[in-house]
Amino acid sequence: MSDKHISSQFDAELRDVSTRVLEMGGLAESQVAQAIYALAHFSGETATQVLQQEDRLNHMEVEIDAQMQRIIATRQPAASDLRLLIAISKASANLERVGDEAARVARTVQRLINTGVSSRLRLPVADLQYAADLACAQLRKALDAFARLDAGAALDVLKHDDQIDQEFDGLLRKLITYMMEDPRMISSSIDLVFVAKAIERVGDHAKNLAEAVIYVVKGTDVRHVALADVESAVR
Amino acid sequence: MAINVARATVGSMQAALPAARGESRAAAGAVKLSAQDVRVRYGSNEALHGISMDIRAHEVVAFIGPSGCGKSTFLRCFNRMNDTVAGAHVSGRIAIDGRDIYAREVDVVLLRAQVGMVFQKPNPFPKSIFENVAYGPRLHGLAASKAEMNNIVESSLRRAGLWDEVKDRLDEPGTGLSGGQQQRLCIARAIAVSPDVILMDEPCSALDPIATGVIEDLISELKKNYTIIIVTHNMQQAARVSDRTAFFHLGDLIEMGPTAQIFMNPTQKRTEDYVTGRYG
Repeated sequence: MSDKHISSQFDAELRDVSTRVLEMGGLAESQVAQAIYALAHFSGETATQVLQQEDRLNHMEVEIDAQMQRIIATRQPAASDLRLLIAISKASANLERVGDEAARVARTVQRLINTGVSSRLRLPVADLQYAADLACAQLRKALDAFARLDAGAALDVLKHDDQIDQEFDGLLRKLITYMMEDPRMISSSIDLVFVAKAIERVGDHAKNLAEAVIYVVKGTDVRHVALADVESAVR
Repeated sequence: MAINVARATVGSMQAALPAARGESRAAAGAVKLSAQDVRVRYGSNEALHGISMDIRAHEVVAFIGPSGCGKSTFLRCFNRMNDTVAGAHVSGRIAIDGRDIYAREVDVVLLRAQVGMVFQKPNPFPKSIFENVAYGPRLHGLAASKAEMNNIVESSLRRAGLWDEVKDRLDEPGTGLSGGQQQRLCIARAIAVSPDVILMDEPCSALDPIATGVIEDLISELKKNYTIIIVTHNMQQAARVSDRTAFFHLGDLIEMGPTAQIFMNPTQKRTEDYVTGRYG
């Protein structure tokens, strides 16, 4: 798929839209990282920055989709080119939602800051940081797999998705324990449940991206397919 | 005099013909046409290197490939039009309903009624619209009366999607119609002799997009009654009208499969390169 089209213009258009997706991916990843930093350090300033950047991601989604539609209308792409454009459309939607999750975390941080200091001290922020790092790593791996159209790397992302789900389950159990021990923790614990959920969703979006990469490379739709079957499709 | 002789010859063959055609109303899905190791050479230059394929009844198959790949040459094998090309030699086996069309006892004229052809440039006869369609049936003695002939002409024009536009001017010259109408007249002309198979060699290349769209729609109607092979250099057209697509390259059949698969996820790199425009 690195072969050139007869139309170098078409090559340029595909290259351009693919680059924008990777740019959007980088921004989405940094939004999540920043949001978790804001949480870990209870930084209202960082949380505000995240919320200010959110619009950029929304615009990128709209622009990428418009570009993709234009290419489909004018070039009538087929086979791998068509699959790539379909994957780009899915990627932009998933990355925009990653941005939404980051914004959600940032708003939660602002809310936690407003409730005061004492309730924060016992919250399992370190665990959240760990889960968030896992999710960011998944996202980064998925974007790398997209950049290199590497189905093997994409498969790796799918294999590690369970880890994040397990982290989420663990966090949930911990937060329930806190709530049972001390009803004053309920409000902020619930806030953190939503943060944990947001992190878990980032992991899901990374998984969706990886599935899209496998679709581009192998021509097989591996959504809702058992991991063992995905593995045979990729090998 | 000569025409009477021709009619007598045709008449004697006629007895064989309805039976053959009766058998050949094969159920959709049964193999209608089959090619085994077909090679065509022009002089010492081999243009087709052993093509084998089956075409099922009532399916539309598209042949695609770059210029000079052999798709039109192969199409012409099915109605022995290559016989008319000086220096052309065809080997291998081509069968319709299991019968070898190159066997010595085959009457080529009847074969070309059974396997009709529509060409790139519409070529109506310099006759009236009615006579264009009636000429073939008259030659083959297919109508016992004027009323029957009128029925054949009307039904052929209806099936070609042209009746409503020409029913009030059947005695006007066929050449007075627009390009798209002329092509539909040629389709009606082919249909009038009750073929089983219609071969189309780039039938829309000379037509504007609207006329092209009308004919593409017509193809999906026609396949209910006929088996169709269409050669086209317009890939999107192949994708729109055909059930299966065969990709040819330099005289070889590279890949043949369901159209959706050829255009979404072909197995051969050369096919992928061609349909994505990485190679013309």
